[in-house]
Amino acid sequence: MTALSLKNVNKSFGSVHVLKDIDLEVEDGEFVVFVGPSGCGKSTLLRVIAGLEDATSGTVEIAGEEVNTVPPAKRGIAMVFQSYALYPHLTVRGNMALGLKQEGQPKQVIEDRVAEAARMLSLGEYLDRRPSELSGGQRQRVAIGRAVVRQPKLFLFDEPLSNLDAALRMNTRVEIARLHRTLAASMIYVTHDQIEAMTLADKIVVLRDGRVEQVGSPMELYNNPANQFVAGFIGSPAMNFLPAEIVGGKKGQMIGIRPEYLRIVDQGRLQATVTHVENLGGDTNVLATTEDGHPVTLRLFGQHCIQPDKIIGLDYDDAKSYLFGEDGERVVVA
Amino acid sequence: MNKARRNPVNIAAAHGILILYTVIALFPVFVILINSFKTRRSIFREPLALPDAESFSTVGYETVFNQGDFFGYFQNSMIVTVASLFFILLFGAMAAFALSEYRFKGNTLMGLYLALGIMIPIRIGTVAILELMVDTGLVNTLWALILVYTAQGLPLAVFILSEFMRQVSDDLKNAGRIDGLSEYTIFFRLVLPLVRPAMATVAVFNMIPIWNDLWFPLILAPAEETKTLTLGSQVFIGQFVTDWNAVLSALGMAILPVMVLYVIFSRQLIRGITSGAVK
Repeated sequence: MTALSLKNVNKSFGSVHVLKDIDLEVEDGEFVVFVGPSGCGKSTLLRVIAGLEDATSGTVEIAGEEVNTVPPAKRGIAMVFQSYALYPHLTVRGNMALGLKQEGQPKQVIEDRVAEAARMLSLGEYLDRRPSELSGGQRQRVAIGRAVVRQPKLFLFDEPLSNLDAALRMNTRVEIARLHRTLAASMIYVTHDQIEAMTLADKIVVLRDGRVEQVGSPMELYNNPANQFVAGFIGSPAMNFLPAEIVGGKKGQMIGIRPEYLRIVDQGRLQATVTHVENLGGDTNVLATTEDGHPVTLRLFGQHCIQPDKIIGLDYDDAKSYLFGEDGERVVVA
Repeated sequence: MNKARRNPVNIAAAHGILILYTVIALFPVFVILINSFKTRRSIFREPLALPDAESFSTVGYETVFNQGDFFGYFQNSMIVTVASLFFILLFGAMAAFALSEYRFKGNTLMGLYLALGIMIPIRIGTVAILELMVDTGLVNTLWALILVYTAQGLPLAVFILSEFMRQVSDDLKNAGRIDGLSEYTIFFRLVLPLVRPAMATVAVFNMIPIWNDLWFPLILAPAEETKTLTLGSQVFIGQFVTDWNAVLSALGMAILPVMVLYVIFSRQLIRGITSGAVK
């Protein structure tokens, strides 16, 4: 069954066209991540799905039913916000129970579901505290709990980890992945962090300027980007782009090589001067500039001692490089 | 402030200025209070002297309590002030919520229209207001005053509160919508508690002018049973003879309730004034 289906969704704020002809299907139990740079419309799209914004045109279907005119509370969704958005005047228990109370669920059901969610998210001992007495990580777990108790057909996450520090972000990320496995629920997750996108998603939707650039599994996007934008957006450090002509290609085309597939050789197709070296312990990032002034990044596994200003030769496998046409679209070399 | 940035000279200067201002501001109040406990003769002989055994007298208070319905006036003032504040805060907050929360045609225009009242003094319309009150039969009722004061207070209330309501997190309101709360519940349960400091600020700014007003009570409700405290105190000020003991005593007592209300609001008030500057 399809958990969510968007057909031709457009959204304009006045004369600003934010979402342009979005078509998308989310299968039952799928974890879909929307990524894209700031202002690409990913949060707006999520809000249109949630019913917090009306689509200017097009249809939104949740679990097979058109919900264009259904209010958010009746769409069978639950949402987790970046700023937690907990009710400051209610306890953790109250926060989680409010949505169920509004639905008119019997007391026993509410109690059971809250207890179950609290156990799942290890919030048991905090049930009677108020949000102001909790740490950031705990607050976000409460916000997730508030979504879980409603047993929605579709979970919506709006950059839920952006307000957490690095260590907590990783823990919570793992927790969300575990939650997805245990609940087997359909989830849509908005982020600009591509590590979250790569690690969590069954399917990634890359958006730019209100358009879907590419939809696919994380590895599909990494191995087979449809265009230069997706290639540059997925992968960290980002893919290197060089004019194809400097390595003997057609004028106007760009060649893309991932930092991990560039290697240092004595005599290669490229020559570059090292400008900066980042030693991360596990691997080493080398930033360099080619003879004709194009910046390139190399990612070497392990620890390497390279001095800045050293001149190095670089080479790569043709099979591991990508070619992009003048319009930014991928050119598949036969 | 940490120790490194603390400079004794600056602190002394700052406190000196603040203390000086406090003394200047409180001096008239102080003079009113000490003279209200003196005999008429000593008020004029030594206005700045504290009451002593010889000059002490409560004749002013006795006059106030015996002449005219002082408690009635007091009650009228209280009803008018509290009711007006209630309506200003309720309607002001609702209008501010609509302006800050909903996108609709003419939103900005409506905001400007509502703010226009800040610039135009309501007293310009006194004659029209009086005619209106006569036509609707509201003259000499407390409702006349409450309606006028509510109208007078709304522009500033809408202006201040809509600014504060814009700062309330959108996510919180949206979370409420997803949980199925009605817009009214979102307004009363989620948004209002978060703008409480701003509400207190609006309340204090409106309370004092309403309590002290002489103009509208004199014109719209001068009847004995609807007189407010300020108007009631005027009976002691005559064209030829003024009963200063009574006037000073009445004023002394009129200060009390405003002070009590101010103390209630002031903690919130300070937070309201500084919240924009210091996060």
